[in-house]
Amino acid sequence: MTEKITRPASMKDVAMHYCPGCGHGLIHRLVCEVIDEIGVREKTIAVAPVGCAVLAYDYWDFDTLEAAHGRTPAVATGIKRVHPDKLVFTYQGDGDLAAIGTSEIIHAGNRGEDISVIFVNNGVYGMTGGQMAPTTLIGQTTATSLYTRRPEKEGYPLKIMEMMAVLPGVVYLERTSVHSPKAVLATKRAIRKSFEIQLDRKGFSMVEVLSPCPTYWGLSPVKSMERIEKEVVKEYPLGTIKDVC
Amino acid sequence: MKYLSTGNEACGEGAIRAGCRFYAGYPITPQNELTAYMARRMEETDGVFIQAESELAAINMVFGASAAGARAMTSSSSPGISLKQEGISYMAGAELPGVIVNVMRGGPGLGNIAGSQADYFQATKGGGHGDYRMIVLAPSTGQEMFDLTYEAFALADRYNNPVMVLADGMLGQMMEPIEFDDNIKPSGIVEKPWAMTGAKGRAAGSIKSLLLKDGVLEEHNKKLQEKYTSMAKEVRCETVDTDGADVILVAYGSMARIARECMGILAEHGIRAGLIRPVTLWPFPYDVIRGIAAKCPRFFVTEMSAGQMVEDVRLAVQDDSKVSFCGRMGGGVPSVDEITEQIIGSGKKKI
Repeated sequence: MTEKITRPASMKDVAMHYCPGCGHGLIHRLVCEVIDEIGVREKTIAVAPVGCAVLAYDYWDFDTLEAAHGRTPAVATGIKRVHPDKLVFTYQGDGDLAAIGTSEIIHAGNRGEDISVIFVNNGVYGMTGGQMAPTTLIGQTTATSLYTRRPEKEGYPLKIMEMMAVLPGVVYLERTSVHSPKAVLATKRAIRKSFEIQLDRKGFSMVEVLSPCPTYWGLSPVKSMERIEKEVVKEYPLGTIKDVC
Repeated sequence: MKYLSTGNEACGEGAIRAGCRFYAGYPITPQNELTAYMARRMEETDGVFIQAESELAAINMVFGASAAGARAMTSSSSPGISLKQEGISYMAGAELPGVIVNVMRGGPGLGNIAGSQADYFQATKGGGHGDYRMIVLAPSTGQEMFDLTYEAFALADRYNNPVMVLADGMLGQMMEPIEFDDNIKPSGIVEKPWAMTGAKGRAAGSIKSLLLKDGVLEEHNKKLQEKYTSMAKEVRCETVDTDGADVILVAYGSMARIARECMGILAEHGIRAGLIRPVTLWPFPYDVIRGIAAKCPRFFVTEMSAGQMVEDVRLAVQDDSKVSFCGRMGGGVPSVDEITEQIIGSGKKKI
């Protein structure tokens, strides 16, 4: 018997604007599958970042806002405090979360805000043309690290999850990836766990998803997935970083 | 009931009575009494108080709370308001209501903590990026700190737009009696079908200010400008003894109180002075000033700044009248003597 794979009810039936091989489409879908499975579409409010996922409301069939660049966790804080019974999550790229929004993410975590954060790390600013991000790997060439990222000039990749782990208000942190079917399933499990932690009012949780950017990595989609598996995970190891639930 | 209160606390109580149940702020002098007051009163009224990590976070928490349907407020003083301008522009773009209180201090830069009126341009001419406007209310007493903050929420909800209460450090920290009905209820409550509440029983909603498709943002801006035009009917202005006046003083906020003192001194010198006190700095009472300018040739504007509102007064009188100015900067306050000597001095030459 053939099982038909259908589109999640929380996902609009439209073509996405993302580049071929981009991880956002996959991760968007995982979010929708989890929302459908736990039956919270009608009580979900998402906050999208400035960056490639700024148009998330075109794809998600639940309430969604845009926040100013990096202010995403502050906007989510305002929503969640007004509606403590709703599922409120932010969906942020590495520029949004790890550069301009480091203050907001750290303090939302430190307050133990009852929100979930999906942190999509592809190591570059995709929307604005592939500039260097705080998460760009040493030796990686980008539009603004033409001579590669050199520690002595551009500093080191910023490990947000490890930084967040020291905060008592943060209860669950897991780094996952979408480079293989197994990794995709692990990502889905982590997102589900994060949402369930929030609905149980246990505190702040965050899932970092290592994601490919074939366009600005200058690699094919397949080679991009291989790069995550061989190179990116060395800097950003997969697995649970904190779980005190 | 009558209460003895600082302007900052009167402002906070006005917000509470207006149904504000979400406040996020960050400490800065001279508005700290307001943040502290909200910390206590929000707890007492089952509201939300958050001491944010920055002014940027505070205004964006207000953005989120407003998007979620709550009456929400933040407050700060000049350098902090500069940081909030990003969020104010986003709220204007997304058409979200909200109240922002600016208890002005001396600038530019870190400046000092004395009262000032040097943020008039920033408040009334945009401040943040893009073509937007917001109603700016200028209290001049502790009572108005209460009354105008109370009204600011209804105005914000009426237009789905941020509203600013523009006070100064003197007004914020001075204690005065204020009076209000203890049973006062929030006014101007409206349905907010656009609010983010989860898409239960309705299509999914979105709140955004990114409009990429060709021409769509221009259309949105046209709609916003029509809304701003419709706000002109909210113009408020107090006029005192302007009929037959030899000179018209124009001042707002704390300076309007000093200007009132000047009127008495000038009368002793045989000069009949009137007063125009704009209560809304935007929309500005151009028509009121223009009408009075047709009858009185001399205007005298005084501000705690290098001269900002005076530009709008000059725009209003359109060269029909002579507009003089007396201002002090950096926390300085033009005194009754400074103002009256200038008027009497220049008056002698003319008379």
